[in-house]
Amino acid sequence: MDAVLLSRIQFGLTAGFHFIFPPLTIGLTLIILIFETGYLLKDSELYKNISTFLIRVLGLIFVIGVATGIVLEFSFGTNWSEYSRMVGDIFGSPLAAEGIFAFFLESVFLGILLFGRNRVSRRVYWLSAFLVFFASHLSGLWIIIANSWMQTPAGFEITGGRAVLTDFIEAAINHSTVERYTHTITASWLTGSIAASAIGAWYLLKNRNHEFSRALLKVSLTVFAVISLMQFVTGHAHSVQVAKTQPEKMAAFEALWESRSGAPLAVFGIPDEKNRTTHLEVGIPGLLSYLVYFDSEATIKGLNEFPVQDQPPVLIPYITYHVMIGLGSLFLLIGIVSVLLMLTGRLYGNKPFLTGIILASPLPVIANETGWMAAEIGRQPWAVFHVLRTADAASVVVPAWQVMLTLVIFTIIYMVLLAVFLKLLFRIIREGPENINKEHAGY
Amino acid sequence: MQDTKVIIMENIYILQITWFFIIGFLLAGYSVLDGFDLGIGSLLPFLSDDEASTGRILETIAPVWDGNEVWLITAGAALFASFPDTYATVFSGFYLALMIVVFALIFRAVSIEFWFMDTGNRRIWKTAFIAGSFLPSLLFGVAMGNLIIGIPMDSSMNFTGSFLTLLRPFPISTGLLGLGAIMMQGAAYTLMKNDGLIREKCRYVIKKVWLYYVLSYILSMIFTFVYMPYLMRNSIAWLASILFVISVILIKFSINRNKYRSGFIMSSISFICLWLIAAAVQFPVLVRSINDKGIDLTIYNTSSGGLTLKIMLIIALLGMPLVIGYTIYVYKIFSKRAEEK
Repeated sequence: MDAVLLSRIQFGLTAGFHFIFPPLTIGLTLIILIFETGYLLKDSELYKNISTFLIRVLGLIFVIGVATGIVLEFSFGTNWSEYSRMVGDIFGSPLAAEGIFAFFLESVFLGILLFGRNRVSRRVYWLSAFLVFFASHLSGLWIIIANSWMQTPAGFEITGGRAVLTDFIEAAINHSTVERYTHTITASWLTGSIAASAIGAWYLLKNRNHEFSRALLKVSLTVFAVISLMQFVTGHAHSVQVAKTQPEKMAAFEALWESRSGAPLAVFGIPDEKNRTTHLEVGIPGLLSYLVYFDSEATIKGLNEFPVQDQPPVLIPYITYHVMIGLGSLFLLIGIVSVLLMLTGRLYGNKPFLTGIILASPLPVIANETGWMAAEIGRQPWAVFHVLRTADAASVVVPAWQVMLTLVIFTIIYMVLLAVFLKLLFRIIREGPENINKEHAGY
Repeated sequence: MQDTKVIIMENIYILQITWFFIIGFLLAGYSVLDGFDLGIGSLLPFLSDDEASTGRILETIAPVWDGNEVWLITAGAALFASFPDTYATVFSGFYLALMIVVFALIFRAVSIEFWFMDTGNRRIWKTAFIAGSFLPSLLFGVAMGNLIIGIPMDSSMNFTGSFLTLLRPFPISTGLLGLGAIMMQGAAYTLMKNDGLIREKCRYVIKKVWLYYVLSYILSMIFTFVYMPYLMRNSIAWLASILFVISVILIKFSINRNKYRSGFIMSSISFICLWLIAAAVQFPVLVRSINDKGIDLTIYNTSSGGLTLKIMLIIALLGMPLVIGYTIYVYKIFSKRAEEK
């Protein structure tokens, strides 16, 4: 294998693994903030205990996020040096801004959340919870800005083979930043809220921590239900943006080979990249055209409109995009059922549904990962869309064997991290909120 | 029209110089703050031999190590944004060395948390924490030494050496010196934040560390004289060196008089002096070239455009005072010792 492909696999592995954790962090900070606010306003010990418990979980998730995040910042230089040379003028700034504005804030005040409950006043503690919430969302914004610029670059000119910034605002708020950010944040809230719900559901199934679990479940599941609906709005907006600004990517998502008016929305199919056709295709006629242009007769561009060397792969983007949408629909269903059960007071004793919540809790992570894969593989063969090819972005001095070596080591390390993470996560949950204050006894 | 162009040109020099010092500031901040975490990790085998003392030592850094590491992340991102060619050359050229640093930092980060929670495997996580602290402590200095003595490059600014190129005598000596400065930070911090048996142990350890620090500095000076005698004419570097020597003497002086806080401050100042020396010998070069084909990578020929540097400067001026403010605030909160329960 050549170094470029190995570097792509390594970046995919390290970014994909990292991306398990920040959405959980972002979502959990929202739930924590809700309970901390409840504690501040109502002086309820219950809310305080719930928040303290979730902060413990957050601490574990955050540390893995930090440990795996630094890898990515190094990667642009180590594996993608030609990318860094060409677009560093633009791409480096959001990363630096993330550090200065967001990451410092998040890390420093998370220290207070984890270790400072007895050292600061209630208001300062609430403020810390708010700042961690705010900073994790701001951190996400800068990363999305950087990522969106790769998808829909703007605010620059090419001078001497390098992209030079001409308009910071235009580069930052480019054609996909807002859509991608809102979509990613709602996805993160889904991820965090169902994870929190699953903890409550598990305790109820185990017939323990009743008061705690009901309060936790009520709040988290309500958030989940509301967001599962919002997710369709942000997802739709993002899809429309992709169809308009990266039409070949949308064509790959839908395996649309030929341009056509009244394009169907694909529901099922097996894209065949070699013969440029889709087997067993099932679609809803005219719906894709309608969703993109509010006109079921509008023409959507097919892949064949684009030069072969500029076309994205179809199979993986098609599968991952549809898995994501399928999961999103499932989340909406879960959200609707949750609301119905809550309104009729039949939620807390409903064992099958509580089991379902637990089983569904890892699914948003899969939706996040598949959505991200669809977006990034659908961007190929470009590192920066229509500006820089991935093949020209990799480091030229790093031999393939070195990337192979580090790829193997990353794989091993991340398997160990995941195993230990899950073991400790389940241990925190099993030991439960009643034991939480005994840990970290010195602080 | 001609005039505005000249003004922009002058502006970009000022911006490039400013960014040289901002990155230096971030790296110095990283060294002082994460230096004590890494130093404690490197010295842990000598500071604690049972779980209770390991736990107490780790508790002194658990709330703050993560914020400290952000200084490195920010410095790296700032280098990427302001001098992308330097970032690209160094990070791709030093691939294996930096990957060792990355692997080590992963373990360093998780092992503190894992040590507290994964109580059945504490020996593993303690070892991971020690190795994860020691390797970066050594390799950061090796990398810095390579930038100073220079590396082989081609005409497109790419590194043409190998992993072994990085392990020449001078970079090794700066690696040992960096390790010394980091261990000094760790020992001084431990002395300041602990009492009882740990303090007694640390008082013994810190004397050895101090001696090592002095010897590693002398070794680096000798190698500088041997390999780069031209640096000996740099008067600012000499001035910083004098300050360094004074602060190192004052570390010893403070500790002998049980003034642990000023011992830590003097240790931090000595570390900053090392960065001043490095800045003095480097400016305006970022990476020296040692062959004819390559050219020195400087703040002038590897920088981003004026607009990027200007916007980044605004970001830094808005953000960094806040960062420094709330970092001091949080350190004060955790400086009060927790009441015994």
